[in-house]
Amino acid sequence: MNILVCIKQVPDTTEIKINPETNTLMREGVPSIVNTFDAYALELGVRLKEKHGGKVTVMSMGPDQAKAALKECLSVGADEAYLLSDRAFGGSDTLATSFILASFASHLEKEKGKFDLILCGKQAIDGDTGQVGPEMAEHLGLAQVTYAADIRVEDGKTLVKRENDQGYDWIEVKSPAVITVTKSDFEPRYATLKSKIAANKAEIHVLNSQSISIDTEKCGLKGSPTKVKNSYTPKKEKNGIIIDEETPSASVQKLMKLITDKKVI
Amino acid sequence: MSANIKNKNVWVFIETEYGKEKKVGFELLKPGREIADAVKQELVAIVLGKDVKNVAAKAIAYGADKVILVDDPIFERYSTDAVTDTLMDLIHKYNPDTILIGATINGRDFGPRVACRLKTGLTADCTSISYNEETGNVKWTRPAFGGNLMADIECPNTRPQMGTVRPGVYKLPLFDEDKKGEIIEEECKVSQSGIRTKIIETIREVTENINLEEAEIIVSGGRGLGKAENFSYIRDLAKALGGAVGSSRAAVDSGWIPHAHQVGQTGKTVAPKVYIACGISGAIQHLAGMSGSDTIIAINKDKNAPIFEVAHYGIVGDLFEVIPEFIKEIEKYKNS
Amino acid sequence: MEITNEMRDLGDLIEKYLKNEVDPLVAEYDARGEYPEKIYNELIDMGLNLLAVPTEYDGLMVDHKTETYIAEILGRHDCGIGSAIGVTNSACTTMNYFGTEDQKKDFFGILTSGKLAGFCLTEPNAGSDSASVKTTAVLDGDEYVLNGTKCFITNGGIAGVYIVFASTDLSKGTKGLSAFYVESDRKGLTIGKHEDKMGIRLSNTTQVIFEDCRIPKDHLLGEEGKGFIYAMKTLGISRNFVGGLAVGLAQRAIDECKEYVKNRVQFGKPIAYKQGIQFMLADMQTQTAAARTLAYHAADLIDKKGDYEIYASMSKLFASDVAMKVTTDGVQILGGYGYMKEYPMEKLMRDAKILQIYEGTNQIQRVVISNNMLFK
Repeated sequence: MNILVCIKQVPDTTEIKINPETNTLMREGVPSIVNTFDAYALELGVRLKEKHGGKVTVMSMGPDQAKAALKECLSVGADEAYLLSDRAFGGSDTLATSFILASFASHLEKEKGKFDLILCGKQAIDGDTGQVGPEMAEHLGLAQVTYAADIRVEDGKTLVKRENDQGYDWIEVKSPAVITVTKSDFEPRYATLKSKIAANKAEIHVLNSQSISIDTEKCGLKGSPTKVKNSYTPKKEKNGIIIDEETPSASVQKLMKLITDKKVI
Repeated sequence: MSANIKNKNVWVFIETEYGKEKKVGFELLKPGREIADAVKQELVAIVLGKDVKNVAAKAIAYGADKVILVDDPIFERYSTDAVTDTLMDLIHKYNPDTILIGATINGRDFGPRVACRLKTGLTADCTSISYNEETGNVKWTRPAFGGNLMADIECPNTRPQMGTVRPGVYKLPLFDEDKKGEIIEEECKVSQSGIRTKIIETIREVTENINLEEAEIIVSGGRGLGKAENFSYIRDLAKALGGAVGSSRAAVDSGWIPHAHQVGQTGKTVAPKVYIACGISGAIQHLAGMSGSDTIIAINKDKNAPIFEVAHYGIVGDLFEVIPEFIKEIEKYKNS
Repeated sequence: MEITNEMRDLGDLIEKYLKNEVDPLVAEYDARGEYPEKIYNELIDMGLNLLAVPTEYDGLMVDHKTETYIAEILGRHDCGIGSAIGVTNSACTTMNYFGTEDQKKDFFGILTSGKLAGFCLTEPNAGSDSASVKTTAVLDGDEYVLNGTKCFITNGGIAGVYIVFASTDLSKGTKGLSAFYVESDRKGLTIGKHEDKMGIRLSNTTQVIFEDCRIPKDHLLGEEGKGFIYAMKTLGISRNFVGGLAVGLAQRAIDECKEYVKNRVQFGKPIAYKQGIQFMLADMQTQTAAARTLAYHAADLIDKKGDYEIYASMSKLFASDVAMKVTTDGVQILGGYGYMKEYPMEKLMRDAKILQIYEGTNQIQRVVISNNMLFK
């Protein structure tokens, strides 16, 4: 199988703290990681490769530092890594981003042949939009399945376990397809020390807007229909009532009085 | 599609499955109404489904001026292609100005697909929307960075302007059975051959027959439960309150409860009237999935647990002692 | 000390694993005094047993600076696991210095197949005094026949192969000692008593008993009678690993204290504002920083083949004494909570104690250091 996995380097949002004085995000010193869901997507891709043979290519768009994320991917089973880096891409919203990534994928296909599957995380943990995968599928004219927890290939059929409100559906999808992956049944593997050392020495292919001959009018701020007008950290209401009475029963009675008075229940 | 005078009306997509609506569709008629009134346009509900004429009628009762109904067996279960292609047909025919979609699993699946085909802007997973009189655009407010950052977004140059909105952030509008409105029936032009996905098996994991995203009360359990059997505490409390059972990632990862119950960044986003977190420390990923709840009650023995920072009411104590007392008091209250 | 990208990369991987998979379980395994098989297997999958295996034998052969850096990370999370890795490295060091090509291929092949190694020197009556080793190796045709009991052997029950020191001539004391490698599945080799230890309880420590255990003649390393020299050469290098572990352990204790004193309120404010506490913390951090500098300096000397022996000894001596002192003070700072098993501090204190004892007691280190100072 010829598999492409799209990954994004993101700040580890679990490590982000709010400056209590300015009420702004403190991004300094926050470690950069491979987006959590992209790591699940890569794990599924690598497992498919291990079972059915083939190759896993990873690609990312971002600044030069994103090479570190791609090296991380190489250390856990990806075969080749491509970075697309260009100032013209700055400020892209999901539509522009997906256009760039779709063009990038098409460009890679010229070299690597058609991808059977293009895998993405269901959303990035910084932007949280979950739109780039489906929009990429649309740009490429491919079928899509979102919120995938597992992928199986049996008798040439691609089966995807997709979350729904009540559990899961197994969905057969025509390949090639774009599949976005949620927390799957398989935790991303740890690298080995040896694969780390090898990944460190591996070459990351870096491309720019010219090398994939993309129309930069459709990229960046110019290509983005949505505009961020304002951003701010939400005010934390710190007026909760903490109940810590002598006995559990006293605590519960106090709570009951409070919530019935306020008609919470 | 660029901004054009011919684009008008506010659309609200009413998602259905097995002929039954998802509540969020009706919820969105509320902000939809406000925006439609502000721009003096009509509020139109879009209903796609199988045997869903009653859903169309309900949409009118919840405040839609009109309903565009496509009633076809193809919509019994969701598929990206059928919904996307049908919506595109309708959009090309009617040229709406604004489209609101519930940020459900399916809404977030076809929403970007449609927006991309239209080359227009879609704002994901909004927690608040309003009309900006100054610019004449809808102002979409959404969280990012796991809820650490809020952003106001507008789509100034293209129409329709689109957004997906979280279930539960808007309450249902008033239901007025006598309200009149036109129901326009449209044909479904999508054929089975144009659909590239097929559901071959459906696995139900939520044993309790309540959908988390629709529940008004959710009782969730976390690592503090210690083992799978102790979820009985959570179930009992949920039962006493008539609520649904949720869980933190830790409990799911420990195999105590299926993933379909998980609330948080890697699970479901919920915003019930009451959310009761028992033995959940409140990692940022969990908070991202439930901090929009109207009232949050936390029970935790660690008084420094971050869950207490978002809780409206917090009991510091051992959940194994507190929950039975709580159930007792609820029963007492119900009988009083 | 410059931390290279590669060091950081490897360290981050190990750190991430330990933080996610080991930290949550440490207290439980410590209470049970059981070596966590799954964790060991995963660490071996990661290649942590191959740090001192040459690349030509499919190992990693990191330099000693990197090794010290990794020891520090291991020490921060669990010195039991750290000891298991340290001892494996010791055995590899003996093989690297004194094994032939064929022996290395054989020995390292066992490690790359997913095993740890053991280092069998200590006996019930031969601790610091290696001249009292009673285990014998008698040549019988093409085989040596081993008899005797080794004790307090780290990885004793789980290693795939051991470096064993046995006397080929009891009359000669240390000059009669010879070094061998022995596969754990040799007939006549059995695992004796599992030790119930005060600390490093996530490590596996047992007796290893030889009863007419026959090994091929070619399992002798170097020459007969040179075993003691080989052992001292090995320990002279590998004890710096203990320095690394000790630095990590001490830093962990300090970090736990920092967290605690900011949250613990007495007399109306966090005890972090008490000068008595502040001065203790300042001393703890200063000592730990000094120990770290010494450990990396020793590692650097080993890498550069400089005059490292005295520094490796000083690193082991100083860092382990610092770890003991810092953890004792750490328990004091946490007060009653420090003494309770609910908090990690008492476990750090128990773990610290062994660092002053094994790989040459701190008294022996002083002998080594003064000998180097006066008579070399």
